[in-house]
Amino acid sequence: MIGPSTGRRRIIWTARLAALVIGAGIMVIPFAYMLSTSFKNQVYVLTIPPQFIPHPATVDNYVRAWSSDNFGRYFLNSVIVAVCTTAISLLLSSMMAYGFARFSFRGKETLYRVLLLGLMIPAMMLIIPQFVLAKYLGLLDSLIGLVVFYVGSSLPLNTFLLRGFFQAIPAELEQAMQVDGAGAWTRYWRLVLPLAKPALATATIFTFLASWDEFAWSLTIINTPTKQTLPLAIALFHGQNSTLWGLVFAASVIAVLPVIGVFLIFQRYFVQGLTSGAVKG
Amino acid sequence: MLTAIDPAAPAAGTAGSAIRKRRRPTRRSRAALLFIAPGFLLFTLLIIYPMVRAFQMSFYDWNIVAGSVSRYIGFDNYVRAYHDPVFWRALANSGVYMAFTVPPQIVLGLVVALLLNAKAPARPLFRVLFYLPVVTSWVVVSLLFQYLFADSGLVNWMLHDVTHLTSTPTSWLAGRWTGLVAVAALGVWKGIGWSMMIFLAALQGVPKELQEAAAVDGAGAWRRFTAVTLPAVRPAAVFVTVMLVIGGLNVFASVLLMTGGGPADSTQVLLTYMYQQAFKYLDFGYGSAIAVLLTLIVFVVSMIQLRLFRGDQEVDR
Repeated sequence: MIGPSTGRRRIIWTARLAALVIGAGIMVIPFAYMLSTSFKNQVYVLTIPPQFIPHPATVDNYVRAWSSDNFGRYFLNSVIVAVCTTAISLLLSSMMAYGFARFSFRGKETLYRVLLLGLMIPAMMLIIPQFVLAKYLGLLDSLIGLVVFYVGSSLPLNTFLLRGFFQAIPAELEQAMQVDGAGAWTRYWRLVLPLAKPALATATIFTFLASWDEFAWSLTIINTPTKQTLPLAIALFHGQNSTLWGLVFAASVIAVLPVIGVFLIFQRYFVQGLTSGAVKG
Repeated sequence: MLTAIDPAAPAAGTAGSAIRKRRRPTRRSRAALLFIAPGFLLFTLLIIYPMVRAFQMSFYDWNIVAGSVSRYIGFDNYVRAYHDPVFWRALANSGVYMAFTVPPQIVLGLVVALLLNAKAPARPLFRVLFYLPVVTSWVVVSLLFQYLFADSGLVNWMLHDVTHLTSTPTSWLAGRWTGLVAVAALGVWKGIGWSMMIFLAALQGVPKELQEAAAVDGAGAWRRFTAVTLPAVRPAAVFVTVMLVIGGLNVFASVLLMTGGGPADSTQVLLTYMYQQAFKYLDFGYGSAIAVLLTLIVFVVSMIQLRLFRGDQEVDR
């Protein structure tokens, strides 16, 4: 093997590491600065030169955000919405995926194409007619209204992800079960779903995070303060108190920590989802 | 926002075909219907129906107030857009945002992926750090960047007080171009991790033997990069480009939260303008017309890109 000398190789290795460290620094510094500001008194929030280490440090912002500013409630709303959306969407989309992967019937390809059309249309394009529809269905200003429409918009992607995985499961396994007299539902519930755990994990994470982070739809339909989810509450809170950065960022940290946790634990599935379905978050 | 397309889906297997032949078709299709119907009906109601409805509404002077009548006005909403200077400015701003954000995300994403590919030190750690902004909510990062670009914020401190690149602090969010630069900076920062992940996956598919063979033939690092690596990541690059262009045209939350489209509508992009027309002025018909126009633009631009890239590839062969 012809290669550069050890000395040159070391230089290249160091340069590469340095470039990565600088790049990662640019990614992380805004977060670190946000964390730092969330521990600052209002007086020290915008100073020149900026304070990187809060001095004096205070947890007042967190206490206030959680107790008097209702962020506990918003957190709970976000959890309810994200959990319900994920559960319902996973059930419906895995059923559809099974139907599309394992049955053949007239018009199947057309139906599937129509479903994929839902992947190409960005959510914002539909927000006006969806609002009119939600008004008609009496779903405005309710958490159910959030869940229903989040489920609707997550169905195409999840079905797409799961169908690909289901198709890769050998048909012989199902045939064996069928010989033993298992119906379609049993095969789906007892065999295919347990085998598809990695794909279900991927779909779960993407759906959960998408509904946890969603902003535009909740901004549009939610009016009552006690029904706000975290992103909406943070944005509106900021709109009313545009200078209370410490408090805004304390609430933001509360909203971001679960995301980072989920991401760190399920990293592997993120990569799988991105490479098989290519999701833009 | 979640969107996806699939240029390189895992090849569709025909695993089910063996089972299919065993049963009578009527029972099979009834079972299939039971699996597909609940989700598909919901999808039709919540996505397909509004899609059709958006087109329809764009031809009306739409009235959302209960009891009032919506009037059919033909193409008037589209004519209005044609004569509306703010619409054109919003369109231009969307284009500018796209131009500011797409190339850096592709280039930097590829560079980071190359740096991280194969035996990089602490690779999983770096991958997480670069991907962190991608999973963070737009609301949080938009407010964070508004804070960083504030008049006495970190960016001005760096440019004015530390490096003296600017003689006075810049009021970033108070002007059209500086405002767009700040919003675009956020877009690039938040998006690099995503393109990096796609490129990393594509780089795994580059055959090592090919690299080694090229090295044995005496190809330098640059030559190996252009002759072996670039062609191999080409499909991924096409995919990333198309997706980022669509994403760029769809910028919304960051503009709404950082500048609100202001001052005086100077930083409006198509979606913030649409949102303002619909939910501030309750002009649903005009808002729908803007949404339809944006859909058409997205569609045409994507088709042109795919055509261009495909044409390229044929020349390569």
